[in-house]
Amino acid sequence: MSAASVADAQLAQKRRRNALDAWLRFLRYATVRAITLGLVVVVAVYLTVLIANMGGKVDQIRLAQIEEEIGLSFLGNPQVQMMSVEERAAYRDQLVQLEVKRLGLDQPLLVRSFRYLKQGLTLNLGRSEELSSDSGSRQVRYILLERLPATLLLWGTAQILLFFLALFTALFLSGRYGSIIDKIVVALAPTSAAPGWFYGIFFILIFAAVLGWLPFGGIVDAPVPDNRWEYALSVLRHLVLPTAAQFASGLFLLIYSWRTFFLIYSSEDYVEMARAKGLKRGAVERRYILRPTLPYIITNFALLLISVWTGGIILETVFNWPGLGRLLYSAIHLYDTPVIVGSTVLYAYLLAATVFLLDIIYALVDPRVRVGTEGRES
Amino acid sequence: MKQMAIFRYPTAIIGLLIIMGLFVLAGYALTQYTYDEAVALWRGDENTWAETPRNAIPKWLNMLQGNKLPETIKISTLENPDIKERIDYEYYAVVTTEMTFDYQYDAFPSELAVFYTSPTDGERPFVTAYWDTPDGRSIELEARSINPTQRVYLGMDQNLQKLYGNTPVEIGLFMDPNAETPTVLKGQYKLRLEGYLFDDVSDVDAKLVVYGKVHGWAGTDHRRRDMMVALLFGTPIALAFGFLAALGSTLTTFFISAVGAWYGRWVDALIQRITEVNMILPSLPILIMVGTLYSRNIWVILGVVILQGIFGGSVKTYRSIFLQTKSAPYIDAARVYGAGNARLIFRYMIPRIIPVLIPSFVTLIPTYVFLEASLALLGLGDPVLPTWGKLLQDAGENGALFRGYYYWIAQPAALLMLTGLGFAMVGFALDRIYNPRLRGQ
Repeated sequence: MSAASVADAQLAQKRRRNALDAWLRFLRYATVRAITLGLVVVVAVYLTVLIANMGGKVDQIRLAQIEEEIGLSFLGNPQVQMMSVEERAAYRDQLVQLEVKRLGLDQPLLVRSFRYLKQGLTLNLGRSEELSSDSGSRQVRYILLERLPATLLLWGTAQILLFFLALFTALFLSGRYGSIIDKIVVALAPTSAAPGWFYGIFFILIFAAVLGWLPFGGIVDAPVPDNRWEYALSVLRHLVLPTAAQFASGLFLLIYSWRTFFLIYSSEDYVEMARAKGLKRGAVERRYILRPTLPYIITNFALLLISVWTGGIILETVFNWPGLGRLLYSAIHLYDTPVIVGSTVLYAYLLAATVFLLDIIYALVDPRVRVGTEGRES
Repeated sequence: MKQMAIFRYPTAIIGLLIIMGLFVLAGYALTQYTYDEAVALWRGDENTWAETPRNAIPKWLNMLQGNKLPETIKISTLENPDIKERIDYEYYAVVTTEMTFDYQYDAFPSELAVFYTSPTDGERPFVTAYWDTPDGRSIELEARSINPTQRVYLGMDQNLQKLYGNTPVEIGLFMDPNAETPTVLKGQYKLRLEGYLFDDVSDVDAKLVVYGKVHGWAGTDHRRRDMMVALLFGTPIALAFGFLAALGSTLTTFFISAVGAWYGRWVDALIQRITEVNMILPSLPILIMVGTLYSRNIWVILGVVILQGIFGGSVKTYRSIFLQTKSAPYIDAARVYGAGNARLIFRYMIPRIIPVLIPSFVTLIPTYVFLEASLALLGLGDPVLPTWGKLLQDAGENGALFRGYYYWIAQPAALLMLTGLGFAMVGFALDRIYNPRLRGQ
């Protein structure tokens, strides 16, 4: 074995070790982030429970429910009917006390709040007051989870499309500073002051009410198509307007701010250098402008996502989209407290998941976090 | 001069004009109604909006449309006593009232009503009524005894219902009897009332209201309320809410991040952790919870919004700027001559970075204006105040889109959009002025 090949083998081994190291570091980073976010969620849910039960509002509702249930059970009970008024009241109080004890409502608020926290975290919020899931269940957890896919579908489609469309348009425009398209986009940026639902109302007015091209709302045609392809097509048609509404409210501002950022970076010396080397425009944009700015772009997008997640509640309501937001709207109108608290908790989970996902993507694109000394090529 | 630089941006000038316009509108609204009056008008007891039509379109829309829709016609004996004539007989008296009006519109009115008033202490008067059409027909309406205040809707008139069958009364009374499809017979109409009075104190006054299909510059809603009240009074409410929420949350965030950056260590760490928790706390559902369980009062909601904004995402941005400023040499210099912490924060650090704050403050205002509208749309608007968001919610709940009342949505939406655009345009221009790197090359 020649000395050269031994050196090669050593180098290869070292690279492998480095790659492994980088992975381990990444894993450690991801785990630490997951644990931190987990703790953050616990605190957030605890706060939610406290807000929901500030001044014992939830307890009052539950107490009233117990009293009503016991009152109702008396109606069909001939033995109770025979009692005198005082006896009946005493019996009633006794039953209420038993039930209160059984549910632990007599414990101090602090103890109860931790129990509520556990119930909130596991979405084990018992039965809803009015709403039921499509499969007929009154369990809050089923009602919530049933709505989740629709929300994720609308949200995922809209935001992923929005991200890539804005990113590539911004890159494209940064190379054409001062052109007419660039000026139009800059002029249109203030339209982002209005939220998605606001544009949604207009889109429904124009494309559904006046032109009749697209459906007013909902997720699928009625009657529901049997054919799987027709079903998918119908869902797609229903997705167009809510997605477009989110685009209208987010796209131009994103393009504008990212384009500006790219512009700042494209005057850096190393970019000029790359251009001078004769690299193609696309290569310069991708390797020398996009790479170093991606972490900023992702942070920026994360903040946007967090601020618009809950805006989806009204968008879904306007478009009658059967997701979490629409559920929350129905729950408000029926004063269905368990569902309202449950949705809030689920939204907290969704926000945490979004933050975690973006943290991971951030770590993947930012070399400082990944800290694999030899970079991706190894 | 940075203050003057704003005039170099045409969009900023348009934005400033829009904002000024909104403030003028808000000022005008406040001269028109006091807070309590606006609330009372919008809650509207049964007499407040008795004489306005339901779902009438605004005047500007009527001008755009080809055919001329009727406006509301009111004729009252209290306002013109000369159309009323009283003849006294030995045991009774007769009051004859002739209410004549010229009807030259292309469409039928939306409703007809007669409001009677008579003294409370007298015997109840008995009134017979006749409807004279331009082509000389005379239709007898139901005769009735009149209570001291009585509202008679002609749509409920037994005689007329029998006469016209399925045709609504307001169409039947104005219809050309010879036409195949219902068309308006234009010309002089007359309502003749004969009131029989049975004692000396008794009298009868009447007011004929021919409800139109157009009302004012803003139209009316399903409860006959003039939407101008909500459009006008919604302006100061929206501006106040947006401005106070933006001011409250920006200032507190600013203060908190300054304190964190200054004291560092556990204070900073604590602020950072709280910010992270607040980021995960879903803001709108929390507001919804507060609205559902506690209070929908707009000022309570404002307080909660500001509380939520204290540890907002901008804590991180401001903190990084503060950290940069903290290590600037002039701070060290100040410390050397013995400036205290409070002086350093308030006199040296905050003024230095206020320019960063102003653009974001201006762009935040419309966000909160829309937040109020969002809450109203969810049915969590202030229960008594007229706001733009509540107009949108009423429109949504009453199927304005399906029934073609587009103006009901378009008017508040246009005001919301103007607010959004105005502040955003100015905010963006300010951002470019204060942060020259954004100006491009």
